[in-house]
Amino acid sequence: MSTSKMAAGCERVDSGHSMDKSITLPPDEIFRNLENAKRFAIDIGGSLTKLAYYSTVQHKVAKVRSFDHTAKETEGDPLYEISMQEEMSARLHFIKFENAYIETCLDFIKDHLVNTDTKVIKATGGGAHKFKDLIEKKLKLRVDKEDEMTCLIKGCNFVLRNITHEAFVYVKHADSEFRFQNTHPDIFPYLLINIGSGVSIFKVESEDTFERVGGSSIGGGTFWGLGALLTKTKRFDELLQLASKGQHTNVDMLVKDIYGGSYGSLGLTGDLIASSFGKSATPDKEFSKEDMAKSLLHMISNDIGQLACLYARLHNLTRVYFGGFFIRGHPVTMHTITYSINFFTKGEVQALFLRHEGYLGTIGAFLKGAEEDNPNQYSWGENYAGSSGLMSTSPDLNPMQRARSGTFDMLEMDRLERQLVNLPLLQDPSSYIPDTVDLSEDALAREYWLYCFEEALDGVVKRAVASQPDLPEAAERAEKFRHKYQHKLQTLRHQPFAYGSLTVRSLLDTREHCLNEFNFPDPYSKIKQGENDMALKYFQKAVKSLGELSWEQRQFALVRGLLAGNVFDWGAKAVSDVLESDPEFGFEHAKLQLEERPWLVDAYDQWLERLKGPPHKCALFFVDNSGIDIILGVFPFVRELICRGTEVVLASNSSPALNDVTNSELQILTERIAAMDLVIQSAVKEDRLTLVQSGSSSPCLDLSRLDKVLAGVVRERHVDLVIIEGMGRAIHTNYYAILSCESLKMAVIKNSWLADRLGGKLFSVVFKYEVPPGHKTTTLDHVPVTPS
Amino acid sequence: LEIRFPWKLELSFPWFGMDIGGTLVKLVYFEPKDITAEEEQEEVENLKSIRRYLTSNTAYGKTGVRDVHLELKNLTMCGRTGNLHFIRFPTQAMHRFIQMGSDKNFSSLHTTLCATGGGAYKFENDFRTMADLELLKLDELDCLIHGLLYVDSVSFNGHPQCYYLENPSDTQNSVKTPCSLADPFPMLLVNIGSGVSILAVYSKDDYKRVTGTSLGGGTFLGLCCLLTGCETFEEALDMASRGDSSNVDKLVKDIYGGDYERFSLQGSAVASSFGHMMSKEKRDSISKEDLARAMLVTITNNIGSIARMCAVNEKIERVVFVGNFLRINTVSTKLLAYAMDFWSKGQLKALFLEHEGYFGAVGALLELLKSSEEP
Repeated sequence: MSTSKMAAGCERVDSGHSMDKSITLPPDEIFRNLENAKRFAIDIGGSLTKLAYYSTVQHKVAKVRSFDHTAKETEGDPLYEISMQEEMSARLHFIKFENAYIETCLDFIKDHLVNTDTKVIKATGGGAHKFKDLIEKKLKLRVDKEDEMTCLIKGCNFVLRNITHEAFVYVKHADSEFRFQNTHPDIFPYLLINIGSGVSIFKVESEDTFERVGGSSIGGGTFWGLGALLTKTKRFDELLQLASKGQHTNVDMLVKDIYGGSYGSLGLTGDLIASSFGKSATPDKEFSKEDMAKSLLHMISNDIGQLACLYARLHNLTRVYFGGFFIRGHPVTMHTITYSINFFTKGEVQALFLRHEGYLGTIGAFLKGAEEDNPNQYSWGENYAGSSGLMSTSPDLNPMQRARSGTFDMLEMDRLERQLVNLPLLQDPSSYIPDTVDLSEDALAREYWLYCFEEALDGVVKRAVASQPDLPEAAERAEKFRHKYQHKLQTLRHQPFAYGSLTVRSLLDTREHCLNEFNFPDPYSKIKQGENDMALKYFQKAVKSLGELSWEQRQFALVRGLLAGNVFDWGAKAVSDVLESDPEFGFEHAKLQLEERPWLVDAYDQWLERLKGPPHKCALFFVDNSGIDIILGVFPFVRELICRGTEVVLASNSSPALNDVTNSELQILTERIAAMDLVIQSAVKEDRLTLVQSGSSSPCLDLSRLDKVLAGVVRERHVDLVIIEGMGRAIHTNYYAILSCESLKMAVIKNSWLADRLGGKLFSVVFKYEVPPGHKTTTLDHVPVTPS
Repeated sequence: LEIRFPWKLELSFPWFGMDIGGTLVKLVYFEPKDITAEEEQEEVENLKSIRRYLTSNTAYGKTGVRDVHLELKNLTMCGRTGNLHFIRFPTQAMHRFIQMGSDKNFSSLHTTLCATGGGAYKFENDFRTMADLELLKLDELDCLIHGLLYVDSVSFNGHPQCYYLENPSDTQNSVKTPCSLADPFPMLLVNIGSGVSILAVYSKDDYKRVTGTSLGGGTFLGLCCLLTGCETFEEALDMASRGDSSNVDKLVKDIYGGDYERFSLQGSAVASSFGHMMSKEKRDSISKEDLARAMLVTITNNIGSIARMCAVNEKIERVVFVGNFLRINTVSTKLLAYAMDFWSKGQLKALFLEHEGYFGAVGALLELLKSSEEP
């Protein structure tokens, strides 16, 4: 098909963006899921077009269903059946490409748009008018124009709310040039400074309340226009290139040119610019293009920075975001703006930039058109498999990648089934950072984990194929998965900042997204099933032997059992090696592997003391793995809590991740255990044991993005103890999380590198019991110290 | 080397105050008119020749100018009556000036040379080594404020010193209207020289520098020189007066076809200074006059915008614009008056002073005179 390949570089536009003539991209990799696309929006700027559409994606999900156990059980029958079903989910696609491709792209869309009843395309941006006729002719859609700035702000609210690590601070000479900001639970109020050809300053106070508080005519157009006059250089990015090579001190009059040094009494240093272009007022001197461009860049950046500060101060705002084509990923302008803001506010205000700044207009236009679907009532998540990620700002880093993605860039957002909110028990939601180590700033750790995930890839591919024995093309799909994830890892090696801060969590999540992309929703389903079966057989025996112990012995045995259970984790490299070679590696064996007390982090004595006091009202337990972990580790522990009079809420993943127990699996397991155990049975019946979804499908845990229902249960039940189990949830994430109630964080370190980092060894134990400062408990009078 | 200490009771002539800026040197000279015959006889030849040279000429060398229209007549300073002369020359000519001081053996007059501005520091050593002269260096903002308050307090030969533009919203027909600075505080003082300093002044000695910008008179002239090949401020202003900035700037109506109603922006407002210059065709057809005008409008509006924001942040309603950028520059005074009035919906008032850029130099002279009073 002639349209299946698009030859890039067929023409050049007078724009700031370069194209590599040799690049050819298959458009079906770019315009994905067009068959079901609806609700189009387009934002056409001076050089780039951004297209948005909504589609439904059909993908496989693994479902578990309990067998009818009223019939007589036979030995060897599995506990539940697993089936693969097709499900539809909603996805937003955003694609950015150069205006030169617009016709080719429209042709491709027209050819592939089959199932749509869409009649209108929302349009915004300065170029929307120019291409109106073309769009209407090609797509047979009516172009409906939306206000550019309103779209911009709508888009900004959307990305700030839904994309983790959307905003960043730019630090030019740091190891990682991007310092990502946590997603703040309350995004308002903020100042948005859009530097297009001019500058507009918006104060945004809520989803629908915003105001243009000011602006300036000295903006990107001034830099471009004056720069072109001064240097005879036509293109915006060439001007920036010139500027980055120039010396502004040849053109600008500095304080030291006037004073001979600094102006001490005012604290003005000698290098400060007293008068931009102040040295060029002389007929008998030539100035280089580079120097003039640099001087111009400083002049304009400083001016905008100063104005931004004056408005920030006037409106008493500290969150100031910058966008517009002047900024758009250009390190030079991000640096000069940052410098200017630091200078004028003495560091009180930070200049913030956005990863998806270029998409704001089209996102906003799309949202305007989708108002009847009320997209803001859902939570959305960036799909790492389908999104290009932030490109390196340094052209020498991976130039191929940059050129390729400079041509086409994609962002995909999945509509999440659950609306996500903060855990109400976070001490300070605005300063909560889920991840323990930021791999973008820790090069050694980054090296290790990237290597680790690369090493593990073979095993993941193998298990993915094995999980779908009935599907002959699974092997081929698994190879595609391998290719995609490998490519992602390579990208992240060069651009650790591509999806925000690189963390173990983001590496795991990216893998899950890629697996789902190729229809491997649950590679561990069979393994989990087998382990659950096996573990259930031992449950009664385990409970019985615990019952024979004295109270104090039992408390220790319960903790030890929980920790030993947590050793069974297919996600951990050391364990998956053992499990694969020796499936008989048993529960008792695991207990022997555990570190003897004192543990690496050991607050057991304090916990025991606490248990001697009154029972907790309600415990929220974030569980980890299937099989031995949940059945022989968690359930006996939970059973003891229930016996003490504590209500328990078990929070498990909404969808599969590794061998973690999912909510639907846990429901079946709970039923089965209730059938064997009266304590559990009555607790379930009386609602003293409740199961909730976490809203997550990650082996890690982000306490700021949890199912809204869970948050409601936490409030209703007055949860006063949070238990977080496992390496992913209690060490890679949340190790430093501070809660407003008592918390237990328990994990066995099943990775020798990490153990080494934490000063322990393989199978070292972390048992962290924390009581918030000033918290009244009966017998406890001191808080365990966190090891360094 | 003999250093003259400033606490001599009877202050010897000549009396100078000097403000050495980044672009211009401003010099004020007090010419005593009450010289007695006895004094005349005692007056050394040197001093006499300086007085004659300065008062009988209106231009000095190629670039020095005496602003005759600003001369303050029959002024009494420090018990003496005379005329105060206002002279300026480019800072680039500073070395020639020092050389002249040396040639005329200025150091033999045993006077204290009071100087302010950055050049007082930069050229201090040159004065010493080339002309055997010691400078008394003074802070430029102190001098600016003291000089301004003094000049405003004395009569400008019966003319008003301070004025504002009546009817600022109509820049074609706005009228220069005298007013009084009798109760001047607090005021926002915007000094537009090569760069711009913005001060919040609460009393004679209580002020703070709020901010500044490097986009000032030097930027206007520097960029005009580069864009049009002009050489002087006068030339640049003359071109600007004949140009049309709407050929250079992109207006709101150029983008939105009219007003941007959603945010109540007028179609005639500038959306992007030099925005039309992004297009090659427009670059190729633009006139120097239009470029000069756009440059002037850009710089002026930007200063107005920053000044206005400072006034709001500092809660000051009176904004006084001074500095040599405003000299013979009615385009800018009108624009500033308009911008203050329009954007503040009449809350802010822009005030101007006839002696625009000379207050620092006057302040320096006042320090010299003060030194004779304080033993």
